[in-house]
Amino acid sequence: MLSNIKRLSWLLGLSVVLTTVNAAEVNVYSARKEALIRPLLDTFSERTGITVNLLTGKSNALIQRMKAEGRNTPADLMITVDAGRLAFASSLGLFQPLESDTLASRIPASLRSPDNLWFGLSQRARIIVYHPDRVSLDELADYEDLADAAWAGRICARSSVNIYNQSLLASIIEYAGTDDATAWAKAVRENMARDPQGNDSAQIKAVAAGECDVALVNTYYLGGMLSNPELRDTAAAVRVHFPNQSNRGAHVNISGAGVTKYAKNVAEARQLLEFLVSDDAQAWYAQTNHEYPVVEGVPPSDLVASFGDFKRDALNVSRLGARNAEAVQAFDNAGWE
Amino acid sequence: MTVVGHVFAEGNGNWTHLANTVLPGYVSNSLILMVGVGTLSTVLGVGTAWCVSTLAFPARKTLAWAQLLPLAVPSYILAYCYTDLLEFAGPVQTTIRTLFDLDPRHFGFPEIRSLGGAIVVLSLVLYPYTYLLTRAAFNNRSISALEAGRTLGCSTVAVFWRVALPLARPAILAGLALVLMETLADFGAVEYFGVATFTTGIFRTWFGLFDATAALQLSAVLLVFVVVLLALERYSRSQSRFHETSERVQNANLIPLTKGTRWLVCLLCALPVVLGFLIPALQLVWHASSRWAALFEPEFIGLVLNSVSLAATAALVILVPAALLVMAQRSQPNRLVQSAIRFSTSGYAIPGTVVALAVLIPFGAFDNAVDTAATRLFGVNTGLLLSGTLFTLIFAYSVRFLTAAFNTLESGLAQIKPSIEESAYTLGASKRRLLTAVYIPIMRGSVLTAILIVFVDTLKELPATLVLRPFNFNTLAVKTYELASDERLHEAALPALAIVAAGLIPVMLISKGIQRTERGVI
Repeated sequence: MLSNIKRLSWLLGLSVVLTTVNAAEVNVYSARKEALIRPLLDTFSERTGITVNLLTGKSNALIQRMKAEGRNTPADLMITVDAGRLAFASSLGLFQPLESDTLASRIPASLRSPDNLWFGLSQRARIIVYHPDRVSLDELADYEDLADAAWAGRICARSSVNIYNQSLLASIIEYAGTDDATAWAKAVRENMARDPQGNDSAQIKAVAAGECDVALVNTYYLGGMLSNPELRDTAAAVRVHFPNQSNRGAHVNISGAGVTKYAKNVAEARQLLEFLVSDDAQAWYAQTNHEYPVVEGVPPSDLVASFGDFKRDALNVSRLGARNAEAVQAFDNAGWE
Repeated sequence: MTVVGHVFAEGNGNWTHLANTVLPGYVSNSLILMVGVGTLSTVLGVGTAWCVSTLAFPARKTLAWAQLLPLAVPSYILAYCYTDLLEFAGPVQTTIRTLFDLDPRHFGFPEIRSLGGAIVVLSLVLYPYTYLLTRAAFNNRSISALEAGRTLGCSTVAVFWRVALPLARPAILAGLALVLMETLADFGAVEYFGVATFTTGIFRTWFGLFDATAALQLSAVLLVFVVVLLALERYSRSQSRFHETSERVQNANLIPLTKGTRWLVCLLCALPVVLGFLIPALQLVWHASSRWAALFEPEFIGLVLNSVSLAATAALVILVPAALLVMAQRSQPNRLVQSAIRFSTSGYAIPGTVVALAVLIPFGAFDNAVDTAATRLFGVNTGLLLSGTLFTLIFAYSVRFLTAAFNTLESGLAQIKPSIEESAYTLGASKRRLLTAVYIPIMRGSVLTAILIVFVDTLKELPATLVLRPFNFNTLAVKTYELASDERLHEAALPALAIVAAGLIPVMLISKGIQRTERGVI
């Protein structure tokens, strides 16, 4: 009887120890959709034994949720898909600085926050796609050229509600000032072949089908369409042009992540962040979503590599966030709905 | 409350900026959308209801219940489907261009991603509400009056305009109010079409200008619309009181038609069902056809279980406050109760994300306050008690969908005339006997309808679910949205189809209930 009790309590004790060991976990709020993050998180869990709990959603809503949850938020790590969003979250004081040699050495300085509040995990360029039959590259070098009257009725673009356009305009504001940027947005709006609508794939389809000649899109949309048998032919009809190669370089943006201010599992969150910039994880991103890796030496997917090499804007992406509200106002003033 | 609280908050320059630039556009787009959807869905709903209630034509019985099918299709899924079909690069336009060798730039096919497109899509999914209410009115009240009209020698058309429409007016207005509230609250479809309405403007302001105050001030302007709609709805109800004295339903004699007209009517009644249900459903089946295997994967089964159990819980939970409010209104029709009801049923017209954020903020504050108190008093961390749990989510659903449940129950209770209660009392019935012999049998149908409407609404709900759900918890709507917004319509087809299929069951049951009222059982 006594030995039974002893055995039982020993078992109980063991199970407590085991649960404590198994309890290592990290809670992730992710604006990156499940299909594009879960497989990586599963690999991380397999390698480290750390459980990853995932909540996906729109970045803005996740940020608001984290803010409302305050110091009791369960979120340890916030992953989102644009520098503007990361800056917004920082401005609300939702991140804590993280010192990590791994992150500092693997991620270029322009792709992370100067205060170590957040870190770029992948990058995408916002480029111009064009139809080779109807556009000669002689008439198109920079983003600025799209404001020219020669492009009247030839441009497709998505609405300014979208953060990618906001970030692009933020970078133009940073270089040229608000007035010039507004004038540019107004001229581009007037040159559009149709009202702003649809997402980046819709722009590519419109150029392919002949509704317009050029469109502003992120590189990975084209990669995604080219690797999808149902969309391949459409995407193959357009070509990539990297703008501003003779001056500041093409506009790049990031997906990234930060450790939350009230994270309870900081060590695990750091481990996960460092895993996400490992060669394996970076290569997976590159292959799966056709984004550019942030880590030097990890190649992009073959498809993306076929677009060619290009000069990137070296502006620190944190500036995009700082200028976001001005960009939205400039779009409003330009009538780019 | 959160919204109202911010109205008087100190403004900054953004409000002036918004008023000078985009606000007029938001107002005019929202108004055009509401007028368009209101008109089109009333024409569709009243027209089909009239035809199936009074005219004899082929497939009448099938088309009578089939009018409800579009209810099972969420507006955003219809928007995805029609964009895929009708956009410039889609199969329809491409085929036409190739067939007639047209110049792409000078080919004026109407743009699907537009205000017009949004009007058509929203009307197609919302007209069943008007249909549902109008048809009930035609069934319950006016048939004998219509027959009287015909006996007096009026033509069919004259009976429609002079007798049927005026009699059904309260029901039409109630349906219209519901349709307009849904229109105002819609986010998925208008966002996808790039139409800048109030709802999309609120998000842009909140997250683009990082200005919660200005966004909530926009929401407050939106609330003005809501109040007007609620007043419209109230008005239609007050009108309906005058018509409740009619006799039990008669089995109507249908008006015979000539051969050509019969088929024309059949075609016209089939059209909205084909456009609002058949075409998108077939398209989804086609897209999903290569992926049936995924049906049996644990991930998919999990999604179905999550969605169905969540919707069922919400439907049952919401029934309680709805029933309490209806009872309170019946027993104490005073001003306090009236305003409480008006307040708690205003959520239907508020966009899901606004509701979600408005729920998030006080719940988070409450949790943190409790945590602070507990830590100070007992040295215990309570953490987040409510935030991030299904409780919060169901609370948000309650805010959104209480109106739907309340209205259904209210109209059910209205069938019990005070004279019935009085005669029951006179005959010496106890309260319990009144409940079991009068209320429960008569109310059963509307209780079931209320549960089903909330069930379908919850199943389709997207923005609040997206914002408030707990960790590792996805639903069919969330999955569909994530895939479709990535333009992966082929992969999104299966969960989308599951939403439609799950929504079909309640729709069938509701139509069964209508058929019963048709036979006079109520």
